[in-house]
Amino acid sequence: MKKYFVTLGLMAITALASFSVRADDTNAPAAAATNAPAAAPALPAASLDQRIAALEAYIGNTDPAAALTKDTNGSPTVTAPSTVGVAGPGHNAWMMTSAALVLFMTLPGLFLFYGGLVRRKNILSVIAQCFGIAGLVTILWVVFGYSAVFADGDDLVKGIFGNMKFAMLDGVTSAPNTNYAYWVSQNVFSMYQLMFAIITPALILGAIAERMKFSAILVFVGLWMALVYFPLAHMVWGINGCMNGVWNAAASIKAIDFAGGTVVHMSSGWSALVLCIILGKRLGFPKDNFAPHSMVLTAIGTGMLWVGWYGFNAGSAVAADGVAANAFMTTTIATAVASFVWPLVEWLVRGKPSVLGFCSGAVAGLVVITPACGFVTASGALIIGILAGIIPWFFCYKVKGWFGYDDALDTFGVHAIGGTMGALLTGMLARNAANGNLATNLKDKVTDHLFQPLVWEQLKAIGITIGLAVVGTVVIAYIVKALIGIRPAEEVESVGLDLAEHGEEGYHSN
Amino acid sequence: MKKIEAIIKPFKLEEVKDALAEIGIEGMTVSEVKGFGRQKGHTEIYRGSEYTVDFLPKIKVEIVIADAQKDAAIAAIVKAAKTGKIGDGKVFVSNVEDAVRIRTEEKGDAAV
Repeated sequence: MKKYFVTLGLMAITALASFSVRADDTNAPAAAATNAPAAAPALPAASLDQRIAALEAYIGNTDPAAALTKDTNGSPTVTAPSTVGVAGPGHNAWMMTSAALVLFMTLPGLFLFYGGLVRRKNILSVIAQCFGIAGLVTILWVVFGYSAVFADGDDLVKGIFGNMKFAMLDGVTSAPNTNYAYWVSQNVFSMYQLMFAIITPALILGAIAERMKFSAILVFVGLWMALVYFPLAHMVWGINGCMNGVWNAAASIKAIDFAGGTVVHMSSGWSALVLCIILGKRLGFPKDNFAPHSMVLTAIGTGMLWVGWYGFNAGSAVAADGVAANAFMTTTIATAVASFVWPLVEWLVRGKPSVLGFCSGAVAGLVVITPACGFVTASGALIIGILAGIIPWFFCYKVKGWFGYDDALDTFGVHAIGGTMGALLTGMLARNAANGNLATNLKDKVTDHLFQPLVWEQLKAIGITIGLAVVGTVVIAYIVKALIGIRPAEEVESVGLDLAEHGEEGYHSN
Repeated sequence: MKKIEAIIKPFKLEEVKDALAEIGIEGMTVSEVKGFGRQKGHTEIYRGSEYTVDFLPKIKVEIVIADAQKDAAIAAIVKAAKTGKIGDGKVFVSNVEDAVRIRTEEKGDAAV
C-alpha cells in the first residue's frame, strides 16, 4: 500500500515538472517580446557615466539600474548596459561557495557531530535521516517551498505564506532577483536558501535520536516544512514578510535575524523539545549507558560545522561585500570565545575540560552569533561568545536533569536556548556601525543602546517563533502518531535502528 | 606443559613480550579483553550525563610452555608488568594435556 502512495507521489511530481516545462515553452516568445522594449523607436545608449555607475554598483553591491535615467512613468529612457540584469561574478562565486559550505554542514558535518554522540548501533540511522531529509526537502523546495518563502507579489496568507509564482522554480534563472540581491543569480540564491531548509529539520534529529521510526521522521519533516519552516522563513526573510524589519518597510514586527536565529535554531530547537517529550524517553533512560560511541567523529563533525558556518553566516549577506566581511569576523570571535569558555566552566565546576565541552561551546557560539553576525561589532561578538559558553552549558548540565526530558543530543539546550538568546542579544547589540542597512527601515529602532526599541521587536519575534514551533509540532506529531506511529517496536530500538530499519551496521569486527 | 594466562595493563604488553622473548619463549597469543578486579571502573561525564564504566580494557597474554620454563616465565611476566599500583592484573597457570604443531604434526613439548 505504502509503495503505491510513494509511486503516485513521484508520478505527480513528474507530471507537474513536465507541465511547467511546457509552460516555459509557451512563455518563451512572450518573454523575448517583453525584453525588447515595446516602444518601437530604439532608446539611446546609456552614457559613459551611467555605464561606469552601473559597474561601480557591482563593487558597492548596489542596484546597477539606479544610475539609468527614467521618465516620469518610471520607464527607462536609455538602453540598459550589459551589467544590468546579470549576476556579478565575484558575488555569485561567493554564494555558490557558501551554498556548498552550508550543505557541508549537514552532509557530513551534522551527521558526524550527532553520529558520534549516539551509540554505535545507531550511527547509520543518523546518517540515513540526514540524507533522507536532504532529498525530501529539496523536492518540497522545488515544487513549492522556495516560492512560498521568497515569491513577491500578493501572499497567499499576507505576510506569512508567499504565493506560487516560483513553483517548480519556474522563472528562477541565472538573472538576479533584485528583491534579495542585485548581483547574485536567483538559481544560486534559491539553492543557497535550500541548504538552510535542509539543515533546519536535520537539527531536530538530535533530540529524537535513537528512537524514532524513519518513516515517521520523513512524514513529520514533510509536514513541518510546510506548516512551520516555510511560513517562518517567509515572515522573517521574504520581501513581504511580516517580521522582515530590515527590508520590508511595511513589516508589522520590525525584527531582524541575519542568518537564522529564529528561522533555523529557535524553530528547530523548540520543536525538538516538544517532539522529544511526545516521543518519550529512550528505552533504559537514564539508567543505561548512553555514552557517545565516538568523540572523535563528534569532534570532526564540529570542525566541519564551524568551517561550513562561514557560508551560513557570512553568506547570508548574499554578496561578497562589507556586511559579509563583518559577519565573517564576528562569527570567528563568538565561536572561538564560546568554545573556550564552555570547557573552562566545566573545568571550574566538574574538574576537567572535556572535548565534548569544546565541541558544544563551539556550536553554541555559532548558534548564538547566527542572528547577530551581520549586525554587531567585534565587542558585541565577544560578549555573545562569553554568554554562549555559559547559558547553554547551564541548560545542558542542570536544567535537563531537573526536568528529566530525554533531549538525547541537546538540541534544545544548544539550539533553542542559543537561538533565543541570540535573537534577544541581537536586539541589544545591533549597531549602525556594523551594518549600514539598519538605517534604511529601522532608524528609530536601532539607537545604539543596550535597551534600544529593537529589543521589544525581537521579543515579539521570539514569542511568535516559539508559538508557531510548539503548536505546529504538537499538531503534526499527533497526526503522524495517529497515521503511522512514531516509535519503533521495543525490539527494534534495543537491537539498534541501523540493523532493524536500514539492514546495515556501521562497524564490523572483521 | 603449562598454559599461562596473564591479564595485564595494555601499555605493558611490549615490555612483557620482550621479557618473554629474552628467556626464549617464542610465541604467544594476545587478545584485547575487558574486565575488572579490585580496581573497579571509572566514571565518564558527557555534558549533564554521568556514566560508570565497570569494565576496563586489559590485555590477555596466553602462552603454552614446557613445565621447566614455568617459573622463569611467570617471574618475567610479573617483573615486566608490575607498576605497583592497583589494576596491574593477574597470572593464571594451568595444565595442558597435549599440543600439536599443525605443519609438522609434532606433539607435546616439541610442538610448543
